[in-house]
Amino acid sequence: MIQYLVDGVLVGSILSLGAIGLTMVMHMLRFANFSHAELLSIGAYSALVFDGVFSAVLPQISASIGPLSLTWALLLSIVLAMAMTGLSAVIIDWLIFKRIRDKGDALSMVFASFGVALIIRNVIALIFGLKTHLYTQDIVFAVVISRDPLLMVKPDQVFGLFAALVIMLVLHYLLSRTTFGYALRAVAENPSLAQVSGIRLSRVVAITWIIGGALAAAAGVFYGLNNQISPVIGKDLVLPIFAATIVGGIGSVYGAVLGGFIVGIAASMALLILPSGYSPAVPFLIIMAVLLIRPNGLFGEART
Amino acid sequence: MPDIVLRVENIVAGYVKDFPILWDVNLSLEKATITVIIGPNGAGKSTLIKVIAGIVKITSGSVWLGDKDIAGIRPDQMAEHGIAYVPQTDNIFRTLTIRQNLDLVLRNAGDKAGPRLDKLFTQFPPLASKQREKAGSLSGGQRQMLAVAMALAVEPSIILMDEPSAGLSPKAAEEVLGLARALTTTGVSILLVEQNVKQALRLADHCYILAEGRNQLDGSAADLLNDPVVGEIYLGGRRVGAA
Repeated sequence: MIQYLVDGVLVGSILSLGAIGLTMVMHMLRFANFSHAELLSIGAYSALVFDGVFSAVLPQISASIGPLSLTWALLLSIVLAMAMTGLSAVIIDWLIFKRIRDKGDALSMVFASFGVALIIRNVIALIFGLKTHLYTQDIVFAVVISRDPLLMVKPDQVFGLFAALVIMLVLHYLLSRTTFGYALRAVAENPSLAQVSGIRLSRVVAITWIIGGALAAAAGVFYGLNNQISPVIGKDLVLPIFAATIVGGIGSVYGAVLGGFIVGIAASMALLILPSGYSPAVPFLIIMAVLLIRPNGLFGEART
Repeated sequence: MPDIVLRVENIVAGYVKDFPILWDVNLSLEKATITVIIGPNGAGKSTLIKVIAGIVKITSGSVWLGDKDIAGIRPDQMAEHGIAYVPQTDNIFRTLTIRQNLDLVLRNAGDKAGPRLDKLFTQFPPLASKQREKAGSLSGGQRQMLAVAMALAVEPSIILMDEPSAGLSPKAAEEVLGLARALTTTGVSILLVEQNVKQALRLADHCYILAEGRNQLDGSAADLLNDPVVGEIYLGGRRVGAA
């Protein structure tokens, strides 16, 4: 049972990173972005490309770090993938969502996001093929943490968890201690007042996409480190990420973090009583339960 | 010769293309005075103030700040031109603390931010004592106080206020309007939209009356307060002497 709990926490950290960006965009731009999870795919594949380039050009940084399968090249690639994905998110917004937003059609934004998700998924499949990829061919075995009860964790998973926590702490600092963070929160709460308070809306929206994209990229790479990289990462994770966002409450970054862990743990613990084939249904159940019991989520505010 | 700091000329504007709310509206604001805009509901008072603040786009006309036409500039550039806008409702960020609200508007003030913050806290002691509390927890009067403090933080020469007394108790409304009067002694010019006509005319120096999106009447507030037609239409059918 503890093994399932630990696995859930590890998966939860990935979902949290994805949910933070989604909740920020949903709150600020007032639309459910079903293409957000595809940013995880962009991040995962960007890191794969950068890692391949570094391994070819700078083989000296392609050695594994300690017990991890992670290399310095991949670590550097994660940073670049975060920047690349953030930039991709801004470009997608500029090309598609902004044009619809300017016409004030919120429902069309949602439909457009389905289309964007399909386009991203298929473009990735077109470029990289449908077969799965790995960051490393080395086999990294799980380390036995405890024999009674049996508890095993892969070093890469622990790295992913700590890296996710560090990223969340940095974001917490940014939002709660800097005027830039206040500006992000101000725009999300009242865009019109934020504008007359001297905040340039378009700039804040772009920065929100960059942050959301960067966090999604990190989540995509951490997911790829412990699983396989395939064009359907986004399709597989869109529902759990939405569940995490809804559980936490739209607009609450801290809610998204908690929601990610709740969904991750619930999906993992469900394996104790359900056949693994039913596991993907767990986020559905969580969404339904939250909408019935607490429609605004754990930390969300009612919208007027 | 009056020192005009803001001049609105022949403004045609509205929220929907080809459906203007304001038709050929003109207005002037003198330095260190209060000018009030009154009129029935739907007259376009708030729209006019939003046009000046850059929130509502104009179809034609000009907004002169000194010798510069600022019509069409973005709302976030208003502070750079020395104009602050206090909306009628939702004029503070509820989820931020009082201090964070003020830090936000002071973020580009550099070294001047600290002294300005100290000055605002001296000017508004209730805000100082509650600076770590969420702005959403403030009373109606204190919220208006914070909204005015946020406007003053950028040291504007002009403040646009949209019904600052709306939803306040009579005492709190009097305090807020009294604060507006006090600000003019520091050289600030105030353009005010107000529903409470009697109170507004007693407070203001100059008044514009709008109806159906057009200028109807304007003049000194004292004169209009004693005008039988204004008294008939806006002051409950009887003339009210100046206090």
